[in-house]
Order: sequence, then structure tokens, then C-alpha cells
Amino acid sequence: MSTQKPAGLRIRDLRVVFDGFAAVDGVDIDVSPGDVRFIIGPNGAGKTTLVDAVTGLVKATGSAAFDGQELLGRKVHHITRLGIGRTFQTAAVFEELTVLQNLDIAAGTNRGLLTLLRRRKSVPDSVAQAMETIGLTSARDRLAGTLAHGQKQWLEIGMLLVQDAKLLLLDEPVAGMSQDERDTTGELLGMLSEDRTVVVIEHDMDFLRRYARTVTVMHAGRILSEGSVAEVQADLKVQEVYLGHAKATSQALVQEV
Amino acid sequence: MTLVFSQLFTGISIGAVLLLIALGLSLTFGQMNVINMAHGEFIMAGAYTVYVVQQIITNAGVSLLVALPVAFLVAGAMGVVLEFLLIRRLYTRPLDTLLVTWGVALILQQLARDIFGAPNVQTRAPDLLTGSITIFSSGDGNDLMVANSRLFILTLALLAVAALTLGLRMTPLGRRIRAVVQNRDLAAASGIATGRVDRMTFFIGSGLAGIAGVALTLVGPIGPTMGTNIIIDAFLVVVVGGIGQLKGTVIVAFALGMMQSLVEYSTTISVAKVLVFLTIVAFLQWRPQGLFTLRTRSLA
Repeated sequence: MSTQKPAGLRIRDLRVVFDGFAAVDGVDIDVSPGDVRFIIGPNGAGKTTLVDAVTGLVKATGSAAFDGQELLGRKVHHITRLGIGRTFQTAAVFEELTVLQNLDIAAGTNRGLLTLLRRRKSVPDSVAQAMETIGLTSARDRLAGTLAHGQKQWLEIGMLLVQDAKLLLLDEPVAGMSQDERDTTGELLGMLSEDRTVVVIEHDMDFLRRYARTVTVMHAGRILSEGSVAEVQADLKVQEVYLGHAKATSQALVQEV
Repeated sequence: MTLVFSQLFTGISIGAVLLLIALGLSLTFGQMNVINMAHGEFIMAGAYTVYVVQQIITNAGVSLLVALPVAFLVAGAMGVVLEFLLIRRLYTRPLDTLLVTWGVALILQQLARDIFGAPNVQTRAPDLLTGSITIFSSGDGNDLMVANSRLFILTLALLAVAALTLGLRMTPLGRRIRAVVQNRDLAAASGIATGRVDRMTFFIGSGLAGIAGVALTLVGPIGPTMGTNIIIDAFLVVVVGGIGQLKGTVIVAFALGMMQSLVEYSTTISVAKVLVFLTIVAFLQWRPQGLFTLRTRSLA
């Protein structure tokens, strides 16, 4: 599976309208295979809605294709089975299930009805490996709800690993993490991107500078700027709205609050 | 002393009937937040299944054993059809679900009237279940007797609880049901076909109503409106026990049964009912979320 070439995401004229308000207003994005693309922008820029649209959780018009296959109009679980994995803003795991059960659910999506009634005894290799990767092997029988915030977010990533997702859409993976946890997540990200395409929504500029290969800036449902970290930081439009130099960032943050 | 025990056992057996009825509701209402007013009519369908099976198989014992799985399938299939045709489109609209399923309940009652006639029908209980066991004799005629049919219902209820608990805990299907209950979006994004899981859950929940219907033929009349009469109590059990909490359902079913039976003895049936309702109102003021809670996608 790791020998397979990673594939790219191609979004054309994507629109999501809520009650007349265009949360995503005609977005074109290309993420080439193997890229680590960060999407940034002020609150309400439409970043999460974009991910929701690509994964089928909200209705959208336009086109979003991965590896040549159109995603819009498919059911959420079909999109997932095409190799699109996502995490949620609020460390979403199944809190009342154990770590192992969480991973098991993500791993066994193609099982038939009859095997669903049979209890499986051993832990599949992919699950064991994912648990090792995210450092939760010793916590496998703990309820996910009792994990620390950072661990929950790693568990989410682990679930994407066992799903064998080719395109990872991570919604604020380091929000609320300590510096150590951020570093670990960054390493995890580097490893993930070796044979996958990764899209990260993030507010943390330091994290972005260290791990982003390319950056897309969104503002009010549209693309404001796109390019490498340096290019985007040099973009005057971006500096105006948000980001960039320490001055501009702090001003933008003040305005946001 | 005998009296206390016999009232206690009456309470347990009322509780067992309640439990059996509430178990299916606990799945569809508790876990999926769908208020299915037609659940009582699925119970009725289970009871009429016994009647129909007895027209074909005359041996009361055999027909009862055959009726159990058949009733499960009949009621389960009705649940799936209802879910597929109506409820599926109304998941985010609790009030509409309530009205629509109530309409379905009325239609099903009328159907039963058209097919089986308005008067109650009779079924025969197997000989084994008509007698009673003497737990102990006090010698002065106040023997503690327990009806076999009540023991059968208690066993059936406990078996159903055990099967459901094990199913939800141990099997991958059960795990998926719990996953969908806990976080629908995440479940879908993890590749679970949530629609199919919903339908399975509804099948099992409605099927359990069918089993409850079979059990009810042993202790009460079978008629078109039998479902309506008992479903309110079952809703109360689920609400008081805590939405989506099997353990709460079990405890509250027996507690309500006991209370009903003990108060009933010292007063009358109506007064007992009033007191039970008042207690529930007071309890829910104190703990609106019910005895146990689970964070689920919210109904309100």
C-alpha cells in the first residue's frame, strides 16, 4: 500500500451556502500528491466548512475530486472509503469506547453483516502498528474519554492511519496542545506525509512555519493567497487581513477578539 | 411476612413486563432519540403473532416457542419499514417524528381491528405456564405462590437484557451502534454506513417489542389498543432511567414495578398510579437527565 503513489486533491468553484450566506464562495484549490498544505485564515473564513464539504458533511456545489474521483454528492462513509480521512476541531473520539475499540471501528469499515456479529480475538497488525505510532499502546484498554486532550487528537490521527486514508484533512490538530505535544504531532505529521497528501487547518503560526510546505490563505469564503510560507507572508493582502509579521498578527488577533 | 414477599414478587413481575417493553424503546428512543409512538403497536403485532401462529400450530407450548422468533422478525420488519419510509427523513425533527409515528400507530390499530376484529382475542397458554410454584408453605393457608407465567416473563426479560448487553458490548455491530450514538459525524467520517446502522438498531429495538408482545399474551388480553395502554409506562422507564442507558432502564423498570405493587396494596390501583406519576415528576425535577447519563447528540 505504501508503494502506491499518493494522489492529489483538486477543488473547483466550490460553494457552500447556508441560508443565503456563502460560507465558501467559489474556491479553487489544488493540492498535489505528497504536499503538506496548511489552510489558514481568520475565524469564519470557511476553512472548516471547506473540509466539511469535501468529506460530505455539508452540501456543496462545484467540484472536489481526489485521484480523479468526484467526491461531492457521495455519502460521508463512501467518501471515507475512497481514502479521505479527517479529524474534527474538537478532538472527536468515541469517548465511551476504549482506545482499541476506537481504532477497531476505523479499521473494520468494510466488514460484512455476518462478521459483524463475530467477536474477533486478536488485534490486527495495522491497528497494533497505528497504536505504536501514536504512542498509545499502553493505553489500549482505557476509555478514550479519559485520555488527555493531546492523546485524543493523536488517537484521531491513529484512526486515520488504520483507515489507510490517502488524503488526510486535519482540523486544528495542535489546538490546546503543550509545546512538547506540538513537537510530537509535528513529527507525526512529517511521517504521515511521506506517502500521503495532508491538508491542515491551523491557527498556530509557529507550527505552520515549521511544518507547512505550501499555504493557502482564506478570507470570507474565498482564497486570498496561495504559495510557500515565505510567499504568503510577503503578500500584502494577507498582511492586511491577517498573519505574517508579529505586528500584523497581534493586530489581527486583537481585531478578531 | 408472606404478604410482603408476595407483593414484592408481584412488583418484580410488573417490573419484568415493563422491562421487556422498555428494552426496545431504550434502543430506539434512548439510543437514537427517535420518539416512536408506534412502538406499542409493534408490541400488539407481536401479541397477534402468537394468535396467528396458534391457528396453525395447535400445541400451545410449541406455538409459543415458534411465535417468539416469528414475532421478533415481524415487529422488526415493521420497524425497518417505518424507519426506511418515514423516520429516516425526520431524524432532526423530533416533534414531526412524534406526530407521524402517532399517525402510524392509529393506522396499525385500525388495521388490527379490520383483520382480527375489534374485540380482544384469546390465546392458550401452555399447561406448563398456567400453574404456579409454591415457594414456601406457612401452613395456615397463606402460602407464597408464584405464577409460572410470571417466572417465564422474568426469565425472558433477563435473557433479553443479557443478550442486548452482550451484543452491544462484544460484537462489532454493537460497537458501531454505540459509535453512531456517541458521535454520528465522526462515525460516518470513520467509514461507518450510519444509515444502515440506524436501520439495524431499529430492527432490533422493534423486534424486542415483538418479543414483549408474545410475553404479554400470557398475562393480559390481546386487543387492538393493548399497545397504547402500556407504552406510556415504558416511556417513563426510559426517561427516568436516563436516555440511552440500559442499566438505568433495568433498575427503574423494577423500581417502578415494586412501587406500583407496594402502593397498590395499601391503597387502590388508581391512587398507586397517581403516586407513581407524582414521584416521577418530582424525580425529574431533581434529575432531569434521568438516573444515569451519557453524552449523546442532543434531542433538544
